[in-house]
Amino acid sequence: MNRKDFISLAGMGMGGALLSGIPVFGSPVPPGKPLETVDTALKKQLADIALNAARSKGASYTDVRLGRYRNQFIITREDKVLNTVDTESYGIGIRVIAGGCWGFAATDRLDHDGIAQAAQLAVAIAKENARVQSEPVHLAPQKGYGEVNWKSPILKNGFDVPIKEKAELLLAVNAEAMRTGASFVDSALFLVNEQKYFASSDGSYIDQDIHRIWPTFTVTKIDSKTGKFETRDALSAPMGMGFEYLIPDERKKIKTVTTLYRDRYDMLEDARLAGAEAGQKQSAKSVEPGKYDLVLDPTNLWLTIHESAGHPSELDRVLGYEANFAGTSFLTLDKWRSGKFNYGSKLVNIAADKTQPGSLGAAGYDDEGVGTKEWDIIRDGVLVNYQTIRDQAQILGLNESQGCCYSQSWADVQFQRMPNISLRPGKTPLAPSDLIKNVEKGIYIIGNGSYSIDQQRYNFQFSGQLFYEIKNGKIAGMLKDVAYQANTQEFWNSCAAICDEHDYRLGGSFFDGKGQPMQISAVSHGSATTRFNGINVINTARKI
Amino acid sequence: MAILTQDEARTLLQKVLSFSKADECEIRISGRNGGNIRYARNSVSTSGQISSMQLAVSSAFGKKKGTSTINEYDEASLVKVVRRSEDLARLAPENPEYMPFVGPQSYQPAAKTYVPATADIDAKLRADLTQQSLKVAKDANVTAAGYLEDTTSFSAILNSHGLFAYTTGTEVNFSVTLRTDDGTGSGYTSKGYNDVSLLDVQKATQTAAWKASRSVAAHALEPGKYTVILEPAAGIVLVENLYGSLDARSADEGRNFLSLPGGKTRLGEKLVDEQVNIYSDPWHEQLPTRNFDGEGLPQEKRMWIEKGVVKNLFYSRYWAQKKGVQPVPYPDGFIMSGGNMSLEDMIKGTEKGILVTRLWYIRSVDPQTLLYTGLTRDGTFYIENGVIKFPIKNFRFNESPIIMLNNLEQLGRPERVVSGEGGGIALIPPMKIRDFTFTSLSDAV
Repeated sequence: MNRKDFISLAGMGMGGALLSGIPVFGSPVPPGKPLETVDTALKKQLADIALNAARSKGASYTDVRLGRYRNQFIITREDKVLNTVDTESYGIGIRVIAGGCWGFAATDRLDHDGIAQAAQLAVAIAKENARVQSEPVHLAPQKGYGEVNWKSPILKNGFDVPIKEKAELLLAVNAEAMRTGASFVDSALFLVNEQKYFASSDGSYIDQDIHRIWPTFTVTKIDSKTGKFETRDALSAPMGMGFEYLIPDERKKIKTVTTLYRDRYDMLEDARLAGAEAGQKQSAKSVEPGKYDLVLDPTNLWLTIHESAGHPSELDRVLGYEANFAGTSFLTLDKWRSGKFNYGSKLVNIAADKTQPGSLGAAGYDDEGVGTKEWDIIRDGVLVNYQTIRDQAQILGLNESQGCCYSQSWADVQFQRMPNISLRPGKTPLAPSDLIKNVEKGIYIIGNGSYSIDQQRYNFQFSGQLFYEIKNGKIAGMLKDVAYQANTQEFWNSCAAICDEHDYRLGGSFFDGKGQPMQISAVSHGSATTRFNGINVINTARKI
Repeated sequence: MAILTQDEARTLLQKVLSFSKADECEIRISGRNGGNIRYARNSVSTSGQISSMQLAVSSAFGKKKGTSTINEYDEASLVKVVRRSEDLARLAPENPEYMPFVGPQSYQPAAKTYVPATADIDAKLRADLTQQSLKVAKDANVTAAGYLEDTTSFSAILNSHGLFAYTTGTEVNFSVTLRTDDGTGSGYTSKGYNDVSLLDVQKATQTAAWKASRSVAAHALEPGKYTVILEPAAGIVLVENLYGSLDARSADEGRNFLSLPGGKTRLGEKLVDEQVNIYSDPWHEQLPTRNFDGEGLPQEKRMWIEKGVVKNLFYSRYWAQKKGVQPVPYPDGFIMSGGNMSLEDMIKGTEKGILVTRLWYIRSVDPQTLLYTGLTRDGTFYIENGVIKFPIKNFRFNESPIIMLNNLEQLGRPERVVSGEGGGIALIPPMKIRDFTFTSLSDAV
């Protein structure tokens, strides 16, 4: 399904600002349908058909992913439920090495012949391509795990909550925003469930059940006299959690100029604040361009981490595998080998982690049967490692993969995807208010907005949702038309203070795009509020 | 199995409809066979093939609608999918914006969207084409990363009001990036067609190789306003954000760049330079597309911007009814008219300027002014006295297609291009534009 089909399916039409740019995959099935799971014994039986068929045709390695991918969307605006959509996609993807080359085939025909033919096709493709291959695929060793399983540790399955209850929550959210001044409000709830079964010729049979949730909205305020409009998006995060994320908890709130949320989200309160803040943005002062010390809340910083730390440390980009689309990376191997490339200031410690509870990337095993783990990418400001998978691990001298292989569905081939990449919190006690009071001329930025970065991850430009001017240690009022532009290495070297673990929160995306054909992946990025000194801020106001 | 003929599709959908007990029922089916090959570091990285088909049934009782899908085609499954959609419709909330399914339509004959030679592409041809591209890279002493994807698809709609529509199509898309081994030069080309016989992988790769070799040792220019020539692959990613936003409802609601105070819009007003003509035509020889939209409404040739004036906006069926106008479906492809001048002649006629061959990571900065940011990539060159003088380092821009198309100086010969950002297809001419706003330098190659 492409973006246009999705927007049509969701009933948003071209005016669906909330969902623009969001690709979603799957086909619609009825809301309220019970969550169907497939018996593990049957999955093993189907997987073995593929493993045996590929081996008999000459595959030296085979892995099989039998997947049922479920999504549920509830889309509303103001007092209307525009659409409730359940999508489901069920099928098998078979990847082989034959003649030293990869081949892949996928089918939704899940009878014996359908599976065996797909396995044979994968082998035939691999053999055909082997004549164009310059060197054979080299896989890092991976011991088979036998029959194992892993489940997201959710407390309440969002698919079990009646559609009516979820729709009523969104309508109540919309009413709150309208009550506090919104002209329009679009809201949505997205639920994801990946039931995936992995089997390989290494002897692994891995059954996983993964859940994700994302409640979100966009509030629009129009000034009818000037015709100007402003928007304020939700300050929620997509999470690797169940419906418990939507149960508010006062102890998980952080009160600053607005309310921020950690692990639990109060959607009604956020909508109430958004309605008012969209109005305040109308009369905010347009920013004076220049250098500012930036205080970035985790709701803003997660995206900057994603683009400027997450993507450039993907080893496949470094090596050139993404040169034709997503790009390459400035974090070249010589910089890593030197052991002293100063990516950032000494405060900067960035870690990869596929095990972090509640995160979007959390799983027990990756999509090529490797157990997940945690490791450092940047330590005390220095580049020390990358993210990689089985067929590239040897380039780093590793004797095992780091478990970063993922595919968006059974129908797409798995490849290297970003694990959760997070900025470790500061070790010295520091709250956002302490951080702000030391800033002479700065801007406090909350929420993520416009984002863009070059194909090697040097030059970036980010915006946000809420901007507050800091003058002599005090919040001096709201600003608008703000975007910050920087060079990645200069930006992270300007990192001057990081709040402590009490302020640490996850942000993230359901829709990180990479690869050809492009696939999406969900990934979280944690941080505490962080200060960066002397960053270039531009004014984005124009007249047409 | 994945590709049904028109008769096979009609027979299957009529059978499904015969099980319906709803006030209204609509059934859609679609299927595709797809293959791809991806290469990097002068070698194949991944390659695969997928086949799938799905059926969706929508049932409605009054303003309550439910949709259910299935990918099994025995009679029991087909009855089950119809019953599920009806159960769901009974449980669904009433949608005040619900529109009944459309009635029977008459369509102009379909354009030639299906080409047998493209449908016949197999693993061997994909490997052969990849080999051709890799040979060019090897001969030019550069490293190739490329992607070839072919798709054969069909879709059909049938409903209880008598609507039936069927389409089938083929596509092949190719793109390649060549880089010098020291990482100081990079060049890109992309091509997309319905007919694989039009695809010249060797020539496309040679163009990318030229850009890669010529982009080594780039000079740094100061950011600022420059005259630029945007190649079609660069122009589409900005212009598509203009025609993609021509939406009546958001304009009427006051939250679109076309909105004016007091609920008015710029429909009928001159928005950009009078050289700008943007239209859609499903029967255009170079850009054949479906003759109906996703709801079964007929597509027709339609002007969207004529001599710089906004002539049409997209109207959903609901919004059209509310406003008392005819619905205007969104087309599958856009055409921006140009002239007969080649890109080379446009360069010859330029005293000072910048040739931009690709733009990347385009994101909205301000929807009120349609301001976008992004960067140049894979070959950016300085032009002086009609010739390409030297390569330059990449720039970040902050620019609105509205401002850009008001600063339009010249249009060249349109080419079929696939957007490197959204994947949409269009015919776009090379454009010469004055005062294009570059805001910072990038070290990326």
